[in-house]
Amino acid sequence: MARVVITGAGTINPLGTDLATTFAAMREGRCGIGPLEITDSHRLSIQIGGQIKGYDETQHFNRQQIALYDRFTQFTLLAAREAVDQSGLTFTGALADQSGVVLGTSGGGLNTQDENYRAVYEEGKNRVHPFIVPKLMNNAAASHVSIEWNLRGPSFTVATACASSNHAMGQAFNMIRCGMAKVMVTGGSEAMLCFGGIKAWEGLRVMSKDACRPFSATRNGMVQGEGAGVFVFEELDHAKARGADILCEVIGFAMSSDASDIVTPSKQGAARAIEGALKDAGLAKEDVGYINAHGTGTAANDKTECAAVATVFGAHADRLMMSSTKSMHGHLIGGTGAVELLACIMALRDGVVAPTIGYEEPDPECAIDVVPNVARDAQVDVALSNAFAFGGLNAVLALRKH
Amino acid sequence: MSTQEQVIAIIAEQAMLEPEDVKPEHTLEHLGVDSMALVEAIFAIEERFDISVPFNANDPSATEFDISSVASIIAAVDALKAEQGK
Repeated sequence: MARVVITGAGTINPLGTDLATTFAAMREGRCGIGPLEITDSHRLSIQIGGQIKGYDETQHFNRQQIALYDRFTQFTLLAAREAVDQSGLTFTGALADQSGVVLGTSGGGLNTQDENYRAVYEEGKNRVHPFIVPKLMNNAAASHVSIEWNLRGPSFTVATACASSNHAMGQAFNMIRCGMAKVMVTGGSEAMLCFGGIKAWEGLRVMSKDACRPFSATRNGMVQGEGAGVFVFEELDHAKARGADILCEVIGFAMSSDASDIVTPSKQGAARAIEGALKDAGLAKEDVGYINAHGTGTAANDKTECAAVATVFGAHADRLMMSSTKSMHGHLIGGTGAVELLACIMALRDGVVAPTIGYEEPDPECAIDVVPNVARDAQVDVALSNAFAFGGLNAVLALRKH
Repeated sequence: MSTQEQVIAIIAEQAMLEPEDVKPEHTLEHLGVDSMALVEAIFAIEERFDISVPFNANDPSATEFDISSVASIIAAVDALKAEQGK
């Protein structure tokens, strides 16, 4: 099987509009969560989110593009540009046919739906702009990336709620591993911070009104975020042959389904995905130095995730580090695994482990080193990234320092 | 603004041209207005004049709305405005 490395990364998220500012924010433990600035926010009981502030679409795209690009597509294209530029690849000839795009999203063009439902229901308008369908469809972002960079191989969108990006990157990884593709542009994006998008989440009563404090005894729920993370996954030999700068290696991936409850997470389901990723990568549990947690800040997720890690790692669970960067950027739902992979890359490449900020008080049910509040310098050779979705769909990636 | 000026402004925007470069005798093809831009232009015409344009993108020639030139579109818009009492 071919080996797979990451040769490009890009992002726009509440911590920054590129990699450098995001890494700096993660090192400094900066918080990107703040008051929401959206239409009718006074009618929301949740008033905070990880919103990309000061974003002006007209700075990046022309009128024709904006007619076709929902906010989630715009975020994807900006992140993809940074990633592809960093990789130094251009896609022509045979390489174009052997390269594709797999992206995760949960809500797709939710802002477009929200705005146009508002127009026809609230404002009583009887017609909408002709491109609403191609703008709101979940595969719009993947398609526009393929069009922009001439990626003519296997391309599609994965929607598994909060695990969408990890499932997408797992597909991209295995497609290169088994020889279906040489290069895959992969990751995910979400732009759900609109009135309807937040109203729906409010209904579940799992949202915090003040902060995301994963693993802290004082945690009181999750906080939504928005943004994108996009990576260039490349076959190792292909990357070496062209002298590419390699950020890290992707060494394993596993998925599992709880097959139990539509919203309550299962320790067994999470543990099977983590164990599966170790086995797929050929790792001993002692090899793992850092886990980027799913760590949503809800009562249920955090204790279940810690229990799953304790089950899989046994005594080694007391030695590894596990942080949740959602404390800084919020929960990017279908894009979250992609932005969180950046924390794994930072740990492997720069030897800096991003903290879990907002940590106030230990919870005996989360007795793990969560790198509280302050980033830590540490040599990390292997990192895992967890994602556990509503619907009980779990996806875990394993990465190694290159 | 007259119907002609407004229709020309809409078509010019879609063709990414200045309105003075769009003449009544021009065809959409000549102006580089492709099928997607045409659908956007018809949407803009409906919004601007508050009329409903009978246009089916599956078979543009089958509908009464004559898009063979800028002048024919202007005439069709005037006819629809009269017909729909706008």
